[in-house]
Amino acid sequence: MKRPLLKKLLDASLLILTASGFLASKACPQVTPQRLLDSAKEPQNWLMYSGDYSGHRFSTLDQINSSNANALVPKWAYQTMAGGKFETTPLVVDGILYATGQDNRAFALDAKSGRPIWQYQRALPADIRPCCGRVNRGLAILGDKVFFGTLDTHVVALDSKTGNLIWDATAFDYRKGYSITLAPLVIKNLVIVGVSGGEYGIRGFIDAYDAATGERQWRFYTVPGPGEPGHETWEADSWKIGGAPAWITGSYDPATNTTFWTTGNPSPSNRGEGRAGDNLYSNSLLALDPDTGRLKWYFQFTKHDEHDWDATQVPVMIDEGKKHLIAQANRNGFFYLVDRSTGKLISSNPYAKVTWSNSKDAEGRPAPLKEASPTLEGTRVCPGAAGATNWMSPSYDPETKLFYVTAREQCDIFSTAPQPYDEGHAYYGSAYFPNDDTAPFWGALRAIDPDTGKIKWEWKHPSPTWSGALSTAGGLVFTGDAEGNFIALDAATGKSLWHFQCGASVYSSPMSFAIDGKQYVAVAAGSALFTFALP
Amino acid sequence: MVAVNESNIIRRSGRMLQRLVRCYFLFALFATLGTLPIAVARKQNPLANEPQAAKVGEFQFRSNCAFCHGLGARGGGRGPDLTRAQKRHGNSDPDLFRTINEGVPGTAMPPNGATQQGVGMTETEIWQVITYIRSVQLKAPAQPLGDAAHGKQLFFGAAACSTCHMIEGKGGRLGPDLSTTGSARATDYLVDSVRYPSRRLAQGISEAMKEFSQEYETVKVETADGQKFTGVVLNEDHFTVQMMDEREQLHLFEKDKLRWYEKSRESLMPAYDQKMLNDKDLQDILAFLLNVGAR
Repeated sequence: MKRPLLKKLLDASLLILTASGFLASKACPQVTPQRLLDSAKEPQNWLMYSGDYSGHRFSTLDQINSSNANALVPKWAYQTMAGGKFETTPLVVDGILYATGQDNRAFALDAKSGRPIWQYQRALPADIRPCCGRVNRGLAILGDKVFFGTLDTHVVALDSKTGNLIWDATAFDYRKGYSITLAPLVIKNLVIVGVSGGEYGIRGFIDAYDAATGERQWRFYTVPGPGEPGHETWEADSWKIGGAPAWITGSYDPATNTTFWTTGNPSPSNRGEGRAGDNLYSNSLLALDPDTGRLKWYFQFTKHDEHDWDATQVPVMIDEGKKHLIAQANRNGFFYLVDRSTGKLISSNPYAKVTWSNSKDAEGRPAPLKEASPTLEGTRVCPGAAGATNWMSPSYDPETKLFYVTAREQCDIFSTAPQPYDEGHAYYGSAYFPNDDTAPFWGALRAIDPDTGKIKWEWKHPSPTWSGALSTAGGLVFTGDAEGNFIALDAATGKSLWHFQCGASVYSSPMSFAIDGKQYVAVAAGSALFTFALP
Repeated sequence: MVAVNESNIIRRSGRMLQRLVRCYFLFALFATLGTLPIAVARKQNPLANEPQAAKVGEFQFRSNCAFCHGLGARGGGRGPDLTRAQKRHGNSDPDLFRTINEGVPGTAMPPNGATQQGVGMTETEIWQVITYIRSVQLKAPAQPLGDAAHGKQLFFGAAACSTCHMIEGKGGRLGPDLSTTGSARATDYLVDSVRYPSRRLAQGISEAMKEFSQEYETVKVETADGQKFTGVVLNEDHFTVQMMDEREQLHLFEKDKLRWYEKSRESLMPAYDQKMLNDKDLQDILAFLLNVGAR
């Protein structure tokens, strides 16, 4: 029995090898590092989470524009049939759409018809620790592979043509509270990811994996260990469970070969006692050398945070003449401009209701009020724990020169209590809950002029939303709301031009692509991915 | 190797049945082993009355539950008061476990781990929360010193509550159905709702995936043809509003087609002061609500 079977297998594998060699020689070049750098040359494609390395989430496509957006119609919907929040931003490459779904699904569709080409779902252990839903925000692509991070803290590569698993790298032990939810960022031949787990007392890190083999090339711990600069900002052994997860995709400046990543709250999020100090590099912007993971500089938005104000908002690169900046509308309610070459703060202005600061420190950073610290009984602070914004992407439109961000007007009562650390268990140091204000919470999409920090216009949402924004050269901003609407706004004025009721809250950031000269806009809502185009 | 063995079974059909039977027993054994510990665990709380579990459970409660149920489990306006001995969806250990783990369909109570608030809890952590809830739960069912029978008369009679509120199928539809309120809300919340109805509006529809429920806001509109309506908001989004007017008629409007549209958090319910309803009568009505809620 065995010999003939072995022979058959050998024959089959030889056949496969021959065939793949033949196909490889004929296949056209797939997504190269150069194509990722030159993404502006192919606006029909959406090659990475934020569209390009600058984090703009801006499409130069203008077929759908402010004069015809009212005619938009749905073209197709793809149902994952999975429950929970659907946070993906799809990629589109040469007519194929790649995206992830809840519970670590991934799929490839004919982007014109919505029909699936392959579907993948990871077999997840029963005891994973996703803090805030079994979510995933998307893929990265290079060559003929797509990459994503998993809820059991692996980084995997799938064959972009078949969905077959190519490599599977373990980043960390998920049982200790680690997970990966972000879309990776590919720079050169490296797949860069950061971890989630700020609710579990993890020690955060950013990793780079060889795209070809899955071998880890470097790791940058976002909480410095003994002997490293910044270690002195942690009390005693608190650094070991210091948090500072990096759970949103970074950006990249090829001109200086620097990748920018942001980090989340120190752990426990609601209790500062026991971790005296600034708690570097929690709630920070990090400038890293993508080849080595070496830290070039950092800027900390919220020192010694006690309100869960992760700085995990996509860092947006803005260039104005000789000024090279990073803009961030931070979860703590301030809009920051930071010099991209030095990490020096240029300005900080509130873009939502803020009660925790009314003055600036020596470096111009908003200084916290003592009375904003959580107490046992609770202290009312704005913004609330979910923040003035959160992970949903902002968008920068280089034509209107406006920065569009989803703002949440919600205040919470923050309470604290000493909580023992228990590995792999939730570790908050207490809680927050909505204050008893008579006014209900609401939200808005706000257009910020980065130069002044002033709000040029806002579009009000009846309740706070978790949808990001996309701006386009058609003079449009697309966003969604908690009531299920996907909305097109005039980028210059904020007037609504069109909307579509998706049937469930939008928990994702939209994107745009084109096939055969026709522009589409896509957004995930409920369990479905929707696309829209002109009739 | 497994594949080869399986094909052997198929070829040797004489032994197939025997193997299948063996497989079945193996499967049954696994199924039993797989479900047994959970089934046992869910019958009773393995951590009952353990002070340490109650303490840890309090942290789990603060992280996962206090957002709606308030610190101390006294109810936060969004979620029921859990210190009450009566609970609408059951108060046995398995009932509480099920409610926490699976949520309550049709209400704002989500399945474990499905919200933005807090992380999902492990089975042990859920039991810790239940131990904590037991530790703060009042020993005796809270019974206000009122006459429930008289409260019922008032509710459907002189106090005119039933003009707008329904209990067990009788009454009006403009305000919230109060059949379950007695088991869901703290007494002081109920008193507040009668004396100062605008202080905290009642919750209306909760949609899947939407963080905040609609509330019983008051709305006034004038249509393009000049008709005016006042009522409560059943639901709304940026573009549309679904309302019920004071005559219990449903109206569905696109806001931009209305001549005007005004929403307020001044409840349509009158504030029942001492003149309208004295303390004794109020206690009687509360006694009635508690009685109904306990059913």
